[in-house]
Amino acid sequence: MDKNQVKEFIAKRVARELKDGDVVNLGIGLPTMVANYLPEGANIFLQSENGFIGVGPVPMEGREDKRVVNAGGQCVTILPGGVFFDSATSFGIIRGGHVDMTVLGALQVDEKGSLANWMIPGKMVPGMGGAMDLVTGAKKVVIAMEHTAKGAKKILKECTLPLTAAHQVDYIVTEMGFMEVTKEGIVLREINPEFSIEQVQEATEPTLIIPEDLKEMIV
Amino acid sequence: MHKRITIEEALDKVQDGMTIMVGGFLGCGNPHRLIEELSKRGVKDLTLICNDTSFPDYGVGKMVVNKQFKKIIASHVGTNPETGRQMNEKETEVVLVPQGTLAEQVRAGGAGLGGILTPTGVGTVVEEGKQKLTVDGVEYLLEKPLRADVALIAAQTADEFGNLVYFGATRNFNNIMATAADIVIAEVEEIVAVGEIDPNHVVTPGIFVSHIVNGGEK
Repeated sequence: MDKNQVKEFIAKRVARELKDGDVVNLGIGLPTMVANYLPEGANIFLQSENGFIGVGPVPMEGREDKRVVNAGGQCVTILPGGVFFDSATSFGIIRGGHVDMTVLGALQVDEKGSLANWMIPGKMVPGMGGAMDLVTGAKKVVIAMEHTAKGAKKILKECTLPLTAAHQVDYIVTEMGFMEVTKEGIVLREINPEFSIEQVQEATEPTLIIPEDLKEMIV
Repeated sequence: MHKRITIEEALDKVQDGMTIMVGGFLGCGNPHRLIEELSKRGVKDLTLICNDTSFPDYGVGKMVVNKQFKKIIASHVGTNPETGRQMNEKETEVVLVPQGTLAEQVRAGGAGLGGILTPTGVGTVVEEGKQKLTVDGVEYLLEKPLRADVALIAAQTADEFGNLVYFGATRNFNNIMATAADIVIAEVEEIVAVGEIDPNHVVTPGIFVSHIVNGGEK
């Protein structure tokens, strides 16, 4: 798989986790691609932390309105039934547990369910934006990312970068597999048949728990 | 009630060394005209409270490029490399705050609260130097209220009393910042007579708004 296919594969698998009626917040980058693969017939409400529910597709060229942007600053549309609100309401929705799932990328995630995605000291300090609130408040936290970064492991025993939140991650979805973070450690629930268990383990620092009913990762 | 003032009069209210709040999210909902004119005036040593520092050539980001801030309190500065540069070279103090915390700090500042308790940031560097409280077994950070000397906000339409209506995703921090500053200046695209806005549609009550300017004023 090339880089785009990897991202598409991950986004498609995340989309399969969504259920009718879910309120979902998608982070910038790969997570945004999940919107392209929403399950057919299901009503999914996309929440944008800058202040609306009902995020629709990017408008046709020439129809952009700079007053309707997503949390990445990109012009989008609002679907019928959608609603705009202010930032206090938006984060009340997020912190208050009214978001069923948040999908974010990560620099590092560990077997305790902690993640780091907002700064590399001395190098990159963009700020946490809404990420800390999202992972603290959403019912389910899904990390959607490539399994490694240029060969370097991202799924670790313990994050070394400053945390976004401790013990909040529920699922990790990569091109290699679908993983669940449990009290016992990271369980490999599904594996992409293009990889062997050994290959996935080699790309992962903590020892993966391999259940008897390990499934194929289908998108 | 004469709340309508000129752009020039509005700009005079922002003085060197003041703390200002600016509504908007990545430039969407920034009071663009006021920002543009302030960056021309060169008022300096300001403290900025804003969700982000937008882009170098859009909205409040222009004032960062102009080095008009001595301190910036924001949740995200990654889209404006100049903020990062000033932060790394210690030219500007940058305090990064989780976005939901920032919203609640501003709301608390306007609502007469002594602070808010949030679980966001527990177990991260955000908790450093802050009081932690445990309520019913859950740990929270005590985050203090924020206020400003002047809030510069943007809306679609105001009536002459300052009742505000917004369009699209521009509401973001504007509505709450309107409550949390000594002087609140709303830049709008249209000013109508009192009574022309349906009271059911008003988002920001005019009692919060000190002055209104027409962003399209020549």
